[in-house]
Amino acid sequence: MQKITRDVLVEKAASLLENGTVDRVLGWKKGEFDYDLTPAVFTSADDLKDLVWNDFCGANFSKYLIANTKKSASKVLVFLKPCDTYSFNQLLTEHRFDREKVYAIGIPCEGMADISKIKAVTGDGISSIECGEKINVTTIYSDDTVSFDLSDVMAERCVNCKSKKHVAYDELIGEEGDVIESGRFDEVERIENMTADERYAFWQNELSRCIRCNACRDVCPACTCEKCVFDNPNHSLENKAPATSFEEKMFHIIRAFHVAGRCTDCGECSRVCPQNIPLHLLNRKFIKDMNTHYGEYQAGAEVGSRAPLVNYTTEDVEPGDVFEGRE
Amino acid sequence: MQRIGVFVCWCGSNIAGTVDVQAVSDALKNEPGVVFSANYQYMCSQAGQNLIKEAIAEHRLTGIVVCSCSPRMHEATFRKTAAAAGINPYMVEIANIREQCSWVHKDMLTGTEKAIILGKAAVAKVNLNTPLTPGESPVTKRALVIGGGIAGIQTALDIADAGFPVDIVETKPTIGGKMAQLDKTFPTLDCAACILTPKMVDVAQNENIRIFSYSEVTAVKGFVGNFDVTIKKKARYVNEDVCTGCGACVEKCPMKKVPNEFNLNMDNRTAIYIPFAQAVPKVATIDPMHCNMLKNGKCGVCSKVCAAGAIDYKQQDQYIEEKYGAIVVATGFNPISMDKFDEYAYNQSKDVITSLEFERLTNAAGPTAGKLLRPSDHKHPHTIVFVQCVGSRCSACAEKGKEYCSKICCMYTAKHAMLTRDKYPDTEVYVFYIDVRTPGKNFDEFYRRAVEEYGVHYIKGMVGKVSPEGDKLKVQASDLLNNKQLHIDADLVVLAAAIEPDKSARPLATMLTASMDTNDFFTEAHPKLRPVESPTAGVFLSGACQGPKDIPETVSQASAAASKVISLLVKDKLTGNPCVASSDELMCNGCSSCERVCPYGAITYVDKEFRMPNRTIAIRRVAQVNPAVCQGCGACTVACPSGAMDLKGFANNQIVAEVDAICK
Repeated sequence: MQKITRDVLVEKAASLLENGTVDRVLGWKKGEFDYDLTPAVFTSADDLKDLVWNDFCGANFSKYLIANTKKSASKVLVFLKPCDTYSFNQLLTEHRFDREKVYAIGIPCEGMADISKIKAVTGDGISSIECGEKINVTTIYSDDTVSFDLSDVMAERCVNCKSKKHVAYDELIGEEGDVIESGRFDEVERIENMTADERYAFWQNELSRCIRCNACRDVCPACTCEKCVFDNPNHSLENKAPATSFEEKMFHIIRAFHVAGRCTDCGECSRVCPQNIPLHLLNRKFIKDMNTHYGEYQAGAEVGSRAPLVNYTTEDVEPGDVFEGRE
Repeated sequence: MQRIGVFVCWCGSNIAGTVDVQAVSDALKNEPGVVFSANYQYMCSQAGQNLIKEAIAEHRLTGIVVCSCSPRMHEATFRKTAAAAGINPYMVEIANIREQCSWVHKDMLTGTEKAIILGKAAVAKVNLNTPLTPGESPVTKRALVIGGGIAGIQTALDIADAGFPVDIVETKPTIGGKMAQLDKTFPTLDCAACILTPKMVDVAQNENIRIFSYSEVTAVKGFVGNFDVTIKKKARYVNEDVCTGCGACVEKCPMKKVPNEFNLNMDNRTAIYIPFAQAVPKVATIDPMHCNMLKNGKCGVCSKVCAAGAIDYKQQDQYIEEKYGAIVVATGFNPISMDKFDEYAYNQSKDVITSLEFERLTNAAGPTAGKLLRPSDHKHPHTIVFVQCVGSRCSACAEKGKEYCSKICCMYTAKHAMLTRDKYPDTEVYVFYIDVRTPGKNFDEFYRRAVEEYGVHYIKGMVGKVSPEGDKLKVQASDLLNNKQLHIDADLVVLAAAIEPDKSARPLATMLTASMDTNDFFTEAHPKLRPVESPTAGVFLSGACQGPKDIPETVSQASAAASKVISLLVKDKLTGNPCVASSDELMCNGCSSCERVCPYGAITYVDKEFRMPNRTIAIRRVAQVNPAVCQGCGACTVACPSGAMDLKGFANNQIVAEVDAICK
């Protein structure tokens, strides 16, 4: 269960809208299902009745600021969970929106639920979900309510949460947390320890499910190009990926390279993947390698920091050493 | 659509011996865009070039592919040929079917197959080539010489003589380098100081030369013709402009027990010091590690005795920024450390010394005023053993020493042996050697004189062990020619230590983006044909930083480097490289990745208005490249996530087309 209530957010948003500080509010709204919360823009206190804040508010709004700050005459109010603030900073580092046009409120997060973990128990036919102390789920299969503890159905990225600390905000609601030593690289290590054939089989199995819906790219706060290279007919890559049976792998590998050093490990790619591909593992492999070879670096921890891949110091590891596996 | 001509060169039998050139020109005839294909014995010859020119005119070619040697050899030739025939020189691509093909293959079938593939890749690229025009950049008419030894001195004097200002940056308080520490010089035995110090004075008096002594280069930016260099002038706590070099401070300084590095720590100096009598600039320097005033504020004698009022205990390190058109590296060498050579007991006995220490022991300005005395008991040694190749010519698997020959040791050891016998005929002198190498004018005659006239015992074989016993050094060695073991009771053992590049060379190479070999010697642009240029444009090499050298060789290389610098500085403008980056502003998302990786500061960001759909205007932050500053390294094109940054002449789509042609 989340520590602060929806009403606190609504009240805050309503007063900021009313006094003219902001003219747009980015928040979560119920979609087709109770667990399917969509990002939404609220422009009046009246709209805010639809704002939701519960264990399913996974969406990271940082990227939405690029479009919304351009539409706003004053400021955009955005609610940021701790992990969202890293994306927020990274986007500022890349000059993707005007900081002056944002009113950022940091909100604490107890972790978000992963609906697939619930569905694994209840089946797909969920008719309603209520979030309170527990997550109470009713299904079309029976009249009984199934209850879950959030901790039992928490999304992988939240189980391995890297930080409860907000690295950017104008105002903080609730208590500030700390950066956490998480086990987020354990799974990467397991894959590293596979033989090359096993590893290929692992990714073949995962990536062959990809339907190229582009959801991972569209949600990714690091994917903010004016035009994605995969959509640009003048770019030599555009006609490469689809021209081969290796397409999905090509797409994901290239994407991982493009966000390397800029990915904050927010985990949105894996959250939105309709095929449940653990895409975050590709990015984490890059993060782990950069940490090993160039020292600990967290993208978005501060504005303006230079990622190791676009920085050079005389202490940098020699490429040969990386190739030979020396550190 | 391009109209491409393909020209396959035989290079005599260099290519034609391993590649079926006819098959290559036939195969490439059918590639897209190719309208003409021929082969010829020497494409770079006048006749070969005429063949290209005629084909361009006759077949109205828009681009050409020359399948020949490395582009480093003849790309410029064929570009000029193309330009003379009226097509843009950047519509020329070279397929390297010699170094990358015929020379590395033995089998005609494999060689031919690969040559065809390389040719196809070049054709694929020319299909996407566009005419390019180079820009120009101005030349800063000032040179920087890093290192003030004999190499740096000679280079600076020659450049200054041509009328260009030169700055010398030297880390020590005085210029002069290793040569200033030497006694006599082979093979003519003139006194090193007598021939060096007039040159040092010339430097000091030359209006075109500025000396930054006790200084180092801390940052280098820019490119040929336009380097921005930061020089750190370390605080010497003495005002250089005021100090007269009278030496009163040195005389009165109470801190007299500081190891004297100029005499290789064989005697002591004071905390405020002038390294030697003929130092340039002749200015005192306070050693902050040993000065009581600087350490704990208790003393101040030097400031009291200084009539000129030059002492300034509050002096700070100073950073100077200066622009240069060319940079000469003259960082020199050092003898290697003897720590790993315990068999010679260098660290156990004071009477085991290196050859450079021997130079100081025989130098009139040295710790013994030129008398050859043992460092331990100041007695005259009667038996001296010289050991050659200590740390030189070591096997690659040995954990100590260098693989290369240090080149100068044979000659200076012959000199040491000869001079010892000349001055002290009662001394027995043994020289242990692997080989005696004396190529050089009057060198072998010199060595033979040592053996034949001066009776130096030259023994082929190495010393296995030196063990101090009482006041003697027991030397165990093998005499390979007589096949027996020798035991010599020596009074003094002199080790001809290998030489290595100065430790400052590697960080400097990084700053200059100049390449080095595995031994940290700077690499030449071409080992035979461009020996004084670094592959980095505008960076030149002088002296032992490039490889072991004696004085005559160093001086001639120093003058050669100077002449290269002069021929660069006389130019008012340099023709740039048209293969520069440019950004597609419609694709650029303003993320600044390119700006951050650009080593030349060629990229800036501007807020620019763009016309958007429905007659709206959007202001977007986009990257712009200054083509005069861009050096075409391509770092930005890799850093750009959007593919907005591309390199002219090496565009992503051109490279992908080449890869496609190879993989097809």
